Amino acid sequence: MNEITKPAAIALRPDFAAIAEWIKPGAKILDLGCGDGSLLRYLRDTRNVFGYGVEIEDENLLKCFHNGINVIQNDLEAGLSSFESDSFDYVILSQTLQAMRNTEGIIQEMLRVGKEGIVSFPNFGYWKNRMQVIAGHMPVSETLPYHWYDTPNIHLCTMGDFEALCHQCNARILERRVLNAYNRPVVFLPNLMGILAFYRFERRL
Amino acid sequence: MQEPKSLGVVTPQYVQIVKPLQLKSGYVLESYHLVYETYGQLNAARSNAVLICHALSGNHHVAGVYAGKEKSFGWWDNMVGPGKPIDTERFFVIGVNNLGGCHGSTGPASIDTRTGQPYGASFPMVTVEDWVETQAQLADHLGIEQFAAVVGGSLGGMQALQWTLDYPEKVRHAVVVAAAAKLTAQNIAFNDVARQAIMTDQEFYGGNYYAYGTLPRRGLRLARMLGHITYLSDDSMAAKFGRSLRKGELSFGFDVEFEIESYLRYQGDKFADLFDANTYLLMTKALDYFNPADSYNGDLSAAFRVVMSNFLIVSFTSDWRFSPERSREIVKALLDNKINVSYAEVPTTHGHDSFLMETPYYHQLVRAYMDNISF
Repeated sequence: MNEITKPAAIALRPDFAAIAEWIKPGAKILDLGCGDGSLLRYLRDTRNVFGYGVEIEDENLLKCFHNGINVIQNDLEAGLSSFESDSFDYVILSQTLQAMRNTEGIIQEMLRVGKEGIVSFPNFGYWKNRMQVIAGHMPVSETLPYHWYDTPNIHLCTMGDFEALCHQCNARILERRVLNAYNRPVVFLPNLMGILAFYRFERRL
Repeated sequence: MQEPKSLGVVTPQYVQIVKPLQLKSGYVLESYHLVYETYGQLNAARSNAVLICHALSGNHHVAGVYAGKEKSFGWWDNMVGPGKPIDTERFFVIGVNNLGGCHGSTGPASIDTRTGQPYGASFPMVTVEDWVETQAQLADHLGIEQFAAVVGGSLGGMQALQWTLDYPEKVRHAVVVAAAAKLTAQNIAFNDVARQAIMTDQEFYGGNYYAYGTLPRRGLRLARMLGHITYLSDDSMAAKFGRSLRKGELSFGFDVEFEIESYLRYQGDKFADLFDANTYLLMTKALDYFNPADSYNGDLSAAFRVVMSNFLIVSFTSDWRFSPERSREIVKALLDNKINVSYAEVPTTHGHDSFLMETPYYHQLVRAYMDNISF
């Protein structure tokens, strides 16, 4: 990472912490759709990782620079051809899957480039979302704050849907974590009670 | 942060290097001098030095003005200065005219002490590697063991890149803007047309025009006009000139009719008055020769195995002479070696010349990157 003298001033985000728990110290990380780079910075500061963020938005790129992380401007929809196969310990896709057009393609690329993939996404199966659909409306909630007409989220899924995609993509799920609206782990009826889902997976041999 | 301002009056300095220089071509230059400028203060640890490498037509006068010439701003005055992205309040910045140049460093117009005549056509070919070696001699002269950063755009970016290969431990950061790890065939083709324009000028005299008291002005002018077209973009030319006519109506002749013709001729004339044709030839050859992957069977990633520096790579969306694709090749080779690198593709309409423009987002990126460099 670039030399940074400023202390990390990142409020602990529960979704960051959930991902960090899976990351071995010193690992090589690729963070796809890294936004302002705060997850990668958090992982660097807490897990001493080496890594790159990949981001397409100019505004976010500048924020990544301010966060002092490595960031590569690249369109994820075009794949990860700049990255060699098996060249990272973890490839992370944090709350970006639902906004991607080429959903299956990016999972395949994650499996190619990383030893393990980590995906988090807002669970469409959350009971409040279901209730709104039953009431006749597209849901607006804590993790889905947009209206149907202005949302960047074009490929929303439930946990069950995602697990089916993993199966289809030959991804073996290693671990799953689900958080409720109070950022507490959910054990009972996760696809109904969970608002954020996290999956760690690898290529099925 | 203070309000950015220009450096004010700056003064060039000279150094005579007496250590013989073995050039890549095999030629040995027994002695040569370099003209350079410095801005800001070298700190006690000598750890805040930034080297700015210039491109084809650039020189050591990067920023500030000369005494009594209030409009003589350096070529990157918008980037380098107090409170600017490359902040001379923090960094000790060095600009140097490359060997073979025509702004004060030993070049084709210099007197060859062995003959008492200008070198002219006998001045040896110089390469990017040779320039890095001469710049390393200058660093030694200034007592700088390691640069906080080596920065350059276009041909200057190639030098920054070469620094990280030849002296990996001497460069903490490399900022490589609108550059390429090698020229494409199309790019070499443009350079050769430029060279042919100069070399077929009757006043060229095989490069020894100094002895005849002439200058191949028409050739150099054409070379610059061609180059200038390739440094801009179709869109930026359309926006700036379109099909505007000089006199408002067609005159059905071969004199200047369209504004773009007038602009290009003016640029060509201005350049032909200021620049040496032999230097232009040398600089374009250095561009053509550059190819660090050459010794590694074309494998740039293998060439980069020695690299230890951190990188910022910047390209511009409208740059078709050094396109983003060329920068991506550099980025890929750095990624393959797990080198710290950030890459930005800046949206602009100004073509290759974008690297000299004061585009706010571009400057914000460079500023943010430079601000993160500690020493």
